[in-house]
Amino acid sequence: MASEHPRDRFGLRDAFAEAVAGVGARTGRLLLTVLGTVLGIAAVVVTVGLAQTGANRINERFDAVGARHASAEPATRDNAQGEAQVLGSLPWDAAARAERIAGVRAAATISTVDTDGATITSVPVNDPSAAPRSSPAVLATSPHLLEAVGGTLSQGRFFDSGHDERADRVVVLGVDAAARLGVTRVATLPSVFIGDEPYQVIGIMDSTERRNNLLSSVIVPDGTARADFDLSKPQAVEMLIQVGASPVLIDQLPVALAPTNPNAITVNAPGKPSSVQQDIQSDVYVVFLALGGVALLIGGVGIANVTLLSVMERAGEIGLRRALGARRRDVAAQFLIESVIVGGLGGLIGASSGVAVVAVVSLMRQWTPVLDLRMVLAAALAGAIVGLLAGLYPALRAARMEPVAALRSGL
Amino acid sequence: MSTTQASPASDKLPPHEPVPVLSLRGVSQDFPGTPVVRALRRTDLDVASGDYLAIVGPSGSGKSTLLNQLGLLDRPTAGEYRLRGVATATASEKVRTVMRARHIGFVFQSFHLMPHRSVLDNVLLATLYSGVPRAERHTRAMAALERVGLGHRTRFMPTTLSGGERQRVAIARAVVTLPDVLLADEPTGNLDSASSAAIMDLFDELHGDGLTLVVITHNSDVAARAGRRVQIIDGHLAELP
Repeated sequence: MASEHPRDRFGLRDAFAEAVAGVGARTGRLLLTVLGTVLGIAAVVVTVGLAQTGANRINERFDAVGARHASAEPATRDNAQGEAQVLGSLPWDAAARAERIAGVRAAATISTVDTDGATITSVPVNDPSAAPRSSPAVLATSPHLLEAVGGTLSQGRFFDSGHDERADRVVVLGVDAAARLGVTRVATLPSVFIGDEPYQVIGIMDSTERRNNLLSSVIVPDGTARADFDLSKPQAVEMLIQVGASPVLIDQLPVALAPTNPNAITVNAPGKPSSVQQDIQSDVYVVFLALGGVALLIGGVGIANVTLLSVMERAGEIGLRRALGARRRDVAAQFLIESVIVGGLGGLIGASSGVAVVAVVSLMRQWTPVLDLRMVLAAALAGAIVGLLAGLYPALRAARMEPVAALRSGL
Repeated sequence: MSTTQASPASDKLPPHEPVPVLSLRGVSQDFPGTPVVRALRRTDLDVASGDYLAIVGPSGSGKSTLLNQLGLLDRPTAGEYRLRGVATATASEKVRTVMRARHIGFVFQSFHLMPHRSVLDNVLLATLYSGVPRAERHTRAMAALERVGLGHRTRFMPTTLSGGERQRVAIARAVVTLPDVLLADEPTGNLDSASSAAIMDLFDELHGDGLTLVVITHNSDVAARAGRRVQIIDGHLAELP
């Protein structure tokens, strides 16, 4: 007779081995059964993956427009008379200080220069009979202006730190100012006169992403403005920043610019993705997840169906197992594990193919695929959970079979 | 008919009162319906250790009902069935399942082999539920297959075997757990006469080794091999000479 070894009686290990053998015995059917879950999980992974990738695209577009520029200026406060009172001031090396902060790609100071009424002309003609004409504004900046505001030159060059330090009398004209002053070609070494002093035009700026008034201005180096017009301090800093650098910038820039009084500096930096943007994303998510959920539900129903069919087909086997001493729970455990294996397999295959689809789509459209790895693992796990839920009823049916009736149905 | 051969349990009992392996007292089984089918009527039957019993009778006489009772696959409507002295009629499902796994081996007319599993796996299946130590399962299954003359077929699939070979696999599966009694339901019903004779020879050998056998059959040649015969007609059991 059999020796008493209750611990070696049908355990989890045996149930698992039997389930694997049961699943493996019908590979053709396994593929069909798994298909529903594969499609469901793949749909979830693809939709969420493309949603994340697409959200990243939305981010990039938002960023291209406005999220990559920042500026800083002295804070103001209304005084008792209702006039704006400037609280702090920017140092002359504000641009250099800003550029030392991580995430700042370029920075330039910008100040309006008070020319004390001096007219700006391309020809120094003093004609008292001529109608007074308004002159273009004069702006003073530091050398990295073009990078900081995303500007381009149509002709010539921008001034560099050498011009700035030497206080050279050079100017860059905004394209509108150039038209007004009749300057068309830099190659002829034209000059403009601010008051009576000639300034050589070295470049014409024809576009900018920020500070459109640059295009109608005469731009001089900071150093020149200090020397010739007694500019006392820069009025603002323009910056080109990396995506996501805003928090760092808001935190560090005031200290960098005004270590003794950081509160006196106002930083205008793009915030986190706007609420509008987040609304769009959450709507997209809900729709995509609902689709994936429906697909998954269909996959689960598929598993339940096939497992139930399998239980009916294998009634003889169930009867045999009961005759050999299997308890109801042993039979239930076996079919439940089979169903979990099928679901988990579907989850794994589905998650892998989903990742592959997201990668291929991104490759074809030259997007950067963005996928949360945890989401992929969770999707594979979700397959197993779907299998578990789908297997509950069939396992119960298997466990409820009476051995005599089950045996009669043959094997 | 009882034998003097000692069963393991009888060591603790007076030698002049050997406990039968199987003992039915007043066992009846009715199947609900209109009219109620009385498949077994107040049946008394003792099977001693080492017996070779044939149960004969026409179709529908209650043979299978009796076998299901003996195999603990069904509960009696009335009466008591003791297996190795343990009352089972009202025992819990768990107790009956454990006793079935430990004490009874089944051989069916249609073999009941799992078609997608190897011969060895089919035999190993019985060891899973009967508490055979994990380390011994393989050795025991191989020994059982050697015993029925199929040591060379262990990796085969049942579908590639002849009917006689399949039934021998089923017998190996039934004896691998070293049961107290082997219950065979029309074991030669699906076999030709040559294969049947081989199976009956195997039963003779197993009986010679001390195994208690209960065989249900309507084949008189098969019944003739048994040392003891009972006939069942309309649910009534009677000893045959």
